Amino acid sequence: MAPMPTANCQPPTVIPYSMSILSIKVENLSKLYQLGQVGTGTLSKDLQRWWAATRGKEDPFAKLGQENRRDIKQESDFVWALQQIDFEVQQGEVLGIIGRNGAGKSTLLKILSKITAPTTGKVFINGRIASLLEVGTGFHPEMTGRENIFLNGALLGMSKADILARFDEIVDFAGVAAYIDTPVKRYSSGMYVRLAFAVAAYLHSEILVVDEVLAVGDSIFQKKCIDRMLSIVNQGRTVLFVSHNLSSIRALCRRGILLENGKMVMDNEISKVLDYYASQNIFFDTEIDLLPVVRERFFGSIRFARIRFAHNPFQFGQDIAFEVDLVKDNDCHQYDDVDLGFAINDLNGNRLLHVSNRFIHKPISFSHPRKTVRVKLQNNLKGGVYALELFLRVNDVIHDWLKEHIYLEILEGNPYGYGQSDLIYGQFIGSFEMEETGHEG
Amino acid sequence: MTAQSAHTPAGQTWTEVIEPRRSIWNLRLLEVWNYRDLLMMWVKRDFAATYKQTILGPLWFFLQPLLTTIMFTIVFGNFAGLSTDGLPQILFYLSGVTIWNYFADGLTKISTVFKDNANLFGKVYFPRLIIPLSIVISGLIRFGIQFLMFMAFLLFFVAKGHPAVHPGLMILVTPLLLVLMAGFSLGFGMIISALTSKYRDLVFLLAFGVQLFMYATPVIYPLSSLAPQYKPYVMANPIAPIVETFRYAYLGTGFFNWGSLGYSFTCMAVVLVAGMLIFNRVEKTFLDTV
Repeated sequence: MAPMPTANCQPPTVIPYSMSILSIKVENLSKLYQLGQVGTGTLSKDLQRWWAATRGKEDPFAKLGQENRRDIKQESDFVWALQQIDFEVQQGEVLGIIGRNGAGKSTLLKILSKITAPTTGKVFINGRIASLLEVGTGFHPEMTGRENIFLNGALLGMSKADILARFDEIVDFAGVAAYIDTPVKRYSSGMYVRLAFAVAAYLHSEILVVDEVLAVGDSIFQKKCIDRMLSIVNQGRTVLFVSHNLSSIRALCRRGILLENGKMVMDNEISKVLDYYASQNIFFDTEIDLLPVVRERFFGSIRFARIRFAHNPFQFGQDIAFEVDLVKDNDCHQYDDVDLGFAINDLNGNRLLHVSNRFIHKPISFSHPRKTVRVKLQNNLKGGVYALELFLRVNDVIHDWLKEHIYLEILEGNPYGYGQSDLIYGQFIGSFEMEETGHEG
Repeated sequence: MTAQSAHTPAGQTWTEVIEPRRSIWNLRLLEVWNYRDLLMMWVKRDFAATYKQTILGPLWFFLQPLLTTIMFTIVFGNFAGLSTDGLPQILFYLSGVTIWNYFADGLTKISTVFKDNANLFGKVYFPRLIIPLSIVISGLIRFGIQFLMFMAFLLFFVAKGHPAVHPGLMILVTPLLLVLMAGFSLGFGMIISALTSKYRDLVFLLAFGVQLFMYATPVIYPLSSLAPQYKPYVMANPIAPIVETFRYAYLGTGFFNWGSLGYSFTCMAVVLVAGMLIFNRVEKTFLDTV
């Protein structure tokens, strides 16, 4: 288990902000997107479409079977990405923005960052706003670390003098002093990300808008990032923070707003918002239908259909047992040597363990339309909530990958006989050898 | 809705308001000035990318106009036997190519600004005008290098005492010619960028269009070689006086009068303002359609 940085997990107790001055005021903000494209994107296709229409033929570029897609109704071509959002952020406040994928978090940040304009409503801003929707925007691999600091800083709205004044701090924070005049294409990915974050972390702005950036880097660097964010907060700067990483939101924010389908459904203390969000979105079902889950990228001809846990929650130390049903599309293909993998992550997204049928030399072949695989795994997890990631691959081609849809809970236990299992750090090993080999005196 | 709502505390001020629509006349040029450091960094980035990522690197800057000039000399000078106003063919074509390339390269690059920078524009806000401006400036460096090569050839022919070649004081208007060319490539480029952001296949037509434009400009032929009835048509092309003046200044042969340059300047101002307005308009809606 990743030991939580306990000192930094608590919301900062003293926030020096004045109660009356606002940094941001969002009024009746809405954003309408048009689904699909008005044109086809190329002149030749638009001309072909026009030619077909004048002869009374079918539109040659209309997508077949579009009407029975997924479960959303396609009555109109317009979708409200945000609808009538109102909130205020006080100076020095750190606001967490929470919501599932597609809830409107990114759209909100894009409007606040002036990347896209709202359809209705206004946002009043008091102070310079700097937004960080991606680390390393504009970095060029051929340029040195030094040049990229200046370039990236300039992109984020800093003047050359601003950057010069903070240059040493940035290099120091990123820990790349020795390579500062080396082109960043020679950097390791860790160094690259550290440098990119460092520029943004030392931005001189009264308001900072941050999206997901803490999801990068190793856990030590993530902790450093959180510490840095905390010190930004303690300087009295206003921060708007969007992340899937619920525990970093809990650590950084005092207040949160929850978005659902473009609407703001909650604006409250962060713990209340997070509890509500978890109760709405994390289900400890013993059986989950996986076919309706919308896959983001991978959708091959074989995929996960259903998972059944023997229990959920599991007792402390009780073997984690489950069955997964796999389905295959109606092709005559036979798949030999399927790599069926799964991983268990904590809620910070840290990978705790990774298992594959290949590790134990159990080949799985797939010729029938349906198949069930049973898994039993020794439970080394301490009490808590975990995400189970499922993974299906054949010949290095990913067919299915479910990342954040299945959760399981391990109850606390009493392994010492007198103490709670929450005293355990790392993994709990319930079976190993130990014997007394002699004594003196 | 007013900036000061009833329950907003006294002393509350706002430094900025994000609204659905800004007036298209508001070009926010002051903001561009505030981002001038970014402009220079972006020029540097452009240069690093060009220098370090091609095998020939900076050598390409020399080779490209030189090869074009040699090709023009063979095809138009020798096979077709087009007039060069008594000037050495190499010098005649090289002068045309050098000044024309500054316009054409800028135009081509600016035309695909939205397509090339879609990811960047989706991640960070800055005045988008910075990118076309940086293209025009880095083109200036490239022009400088090619211009040096042209000067080398020019000095060679002057030293040799070629009877037709005599540079004049008009070379002092070179900065004005560059401003005109920069303005045209910015203006036309931004107008086309708005079109390519909607119709991506227009990019294929672009190379052809630029080629046609070159034939409508006295780059491979002198204005003096045209029959009198065609001259007004070519002179209606506002780029033509720029190329002719460039030649007149450095080689001493060509067409020049202030009226034509004034005409060019007026056209440039119109195209530039139109380009900026269209660019400003597309910049705001572009991300919602891609």
